[in-house]
Amino acid sequence: MTGVAASENRWSWQPILLLLVFALGAYGQATGTVPSVLKHSADVLYLVRQQLRLVGASAAIAIVVGIGIGVVLTRPHFRRYADIVLPVVNLGATVPTLAKLAIAMAILGIGAPAAIFGLAVLTLLPIVSNTISGLRAVPEALIDAARGMGMTRNQILWQVELPNALFVILAGIRTALVINVGTAPLAFLIGAGGLGELIFTGIDLMEPTMLLAGAIPTALLAIVADFLVGQIQYWLVPRGVNPLR
Amino acid sequence: MIRLERLTKTYGALTAVDAVDMTVGAGEVCVLLGPSGCGKTTTMRMINRLVTPTSGKIFIDGKDTSSTDEVQLRRSIGYVIQQIGLFPNKTIEDNICVVPDLLGWDRAKSRKRAAELLDLVNLNPGIFLKRYPKQLSGGQQQRVGVIRALAADPPVLLMDEPFGAIDPINREVIQDEFMKLQASLKKTVVFVSHDIDEAVKMANRIAIFRDGKLVQCDTPDTILAHPLNAFVADFVGSDRALKRLRLMSVANVMQADCPTLKAGDSFERAAKLAEEHDLDGLPVVDDEGHPIGMLRFEIARGRNGHIAEHLESLPASVRTSSDVRTAVSLMFANAVTWLACVDESGKLKGYITQRAITNSLSLATGHGK
Ligand SMILES: Nc1ncnc2c1ncn2[C@@H]1O[C@H](COP(=O)(O)OP(=O)(O)OP(=O)(O)O)[C@@H](O)[C@H]1O
Ligand SMILES: [Mg+2]
Repeated sequence: MTGVAASENRWSWQPILLLLVFALGAYGQATGTVPSVLKHSADVLYLVRQQLRLVGASAAIAIVVGIGIGVVLTRPHFRRYADIVLPVVNLGATVPTLAKLAIAMAILGIGAPAAIFGLAVLTLLPIVSNTISGLRAVPEALIDAARGMGMTRNQILWQVELPNALFVILAGIRTALVINVGTAPLAFLIGAGGLGELIFTGIDLMEPTMLLAGAIPTALLAIVADFLVGQIQYWLVPRGVNPLR
Repeated sequence: MIRLERLTKTYGALTAVDAVDMTVGAGEVCVLLGPSGCGKTTTMRMINRLVTPTSGKIFIDGKDTSSTDEVQLRRSIGYVIQQIGLFPNKTIEDNICVVPDLLGWDRAKSRKRAAELLDLVNLNPGIFLKRYPKQLSGGQQQRVGVIRALAADPPVLLMDEPFGAIDPINREVIQDEFMKLQASLKKTVVFVSHDIDEAVKMANRIAIFRDGKLVQCDTPDTILAHPLNAFVADFVGSDRALKRLRLMSVANVMQADCPTLKAGDSFERAAKLAEEHDLDGLPVVDDEGHPIGMLRFEIARGRNGHIAEHLESLPASVRTSSDVRTAVSLMFANAVTWLACVDESGKLKGYITQRAITNSLSLATGHGK
């Protein structure tokens, strides 16, 4: 699971998606769906905010913990554990999302904490694996030069390793965030609210406008999240190691 | 000054460095030389404690390095590696200032020094300070690698095959630049190489290693003239006499009190000089002392009048600052047995003959550098 692929594919799927949204919009306007979707707008705003809290909290936890795990597993003392942890992490990635949320619910009960925990675990995986591969790709000679010039371990991590791995780490965060946003509606199923409320209720009541009122903002959130991390990637990664600049 | 005392490093059953005793004098360039895997890098890396010695001691200016904090120690020693190791995320300026920044120097002071150092290696600070390493050629990167090691003005410099990855032509240029820097900076340098020509060119002393042991440590000329054993002789090559030519300068070997002939001189004077000096010809100079041609005495014998009419063009001349190898090469190229020697301004200073070169090769060693 490498996030780099996501950034490469962005240009191929984005226009298609936009086109679809447009076509749908035009169709919706013609058939009178748009006005009926808009009547859910008060609900939508509330649920978007609720969903953003779920996404924000789980992503923040996942980023901090994921990078932390990645850094620890590339330190000399713990390096050998990486080969044990990574397969476990990858195995974790194959467990269906709903199953993960169910397990989270079993542990933390119903509601937002369980959803945040479940989403964070889900988001963690690409971040950990990209942090590890990014840090591993920093040339040994750079670290040797840094050590030879008298940098401490911490200075090497902050001044050499992380800046040089940052692009790959951010690519992982980008993939993770898109997955997170896309999965967040499932949080409704374990009682954490969010746009899933409209989507699943819409399905239950066979009311497509309600379904769309949940699905369209979800899609837009994914696009916005992807765009934002893309911008962060562009501006935050030092120019000397940024393939985009 | 660096002193190694019975320095040893073992990896399991392998003894990578075996009880090495060695001293590098202050301001000296000592080249560690030997075949691959003989322990050069390991020896060098023990000096800044990137490798911890199994036993033995290292003293820098009389101080045991094991009693200093290793991070502080490394900041006081310049370090250059073959892979250069410039940080791609930092600008050239910030790369050069890594150690000054670690030492907490004033920013304005260190950035000014970065610009000065770039100037020293002929890189325009206006262009290069704000660039990133990937925007530089390999040769330019290695120049930056060298000045980065000099940034905090450390008295000691460790260099592990610093020019090994650069093409031969550029390598010569960078070597020359480094020698020029070293002539004014007088750092104590430990330089790892496996190129005998580079060693002969750069070193005040060459330390030859084999299987972790120091076999011979001497001046380049002594190593070439008197290799201690068959291994050293083999390693420095069967053309070691030719390599010694590089260590001699034309100025030291040439005949300096060269009789000067002018275009207006008579054949009688030319014939007399020929007998006195046992030469087959002499350069002829103008009033300022610039050679304008040569006269072969064969022609002079038994003629009268002026020599101007029988002037032949000079096949070649050699700078007094060149090494003798250049002189020999010119002799062979032009099929002559002597050459006129001129100074920087092109004035005739003397002549150098094949016989004089042979003589000085067989003289007792001790030319040094
Ligand atoms: N970390 C290590 N672990 C085990 N063996 C090592 C280690 N570092 C070096 N060696 C061994 O020690 C010996 C000396 O290595 P060293 O790197 O000093 O050689 P070198 O003279 O620099 O060779 P080269 O010219 O190829 O760079 C080699 O046999 C090498 O395999
Ligand atoms: Mg080596």
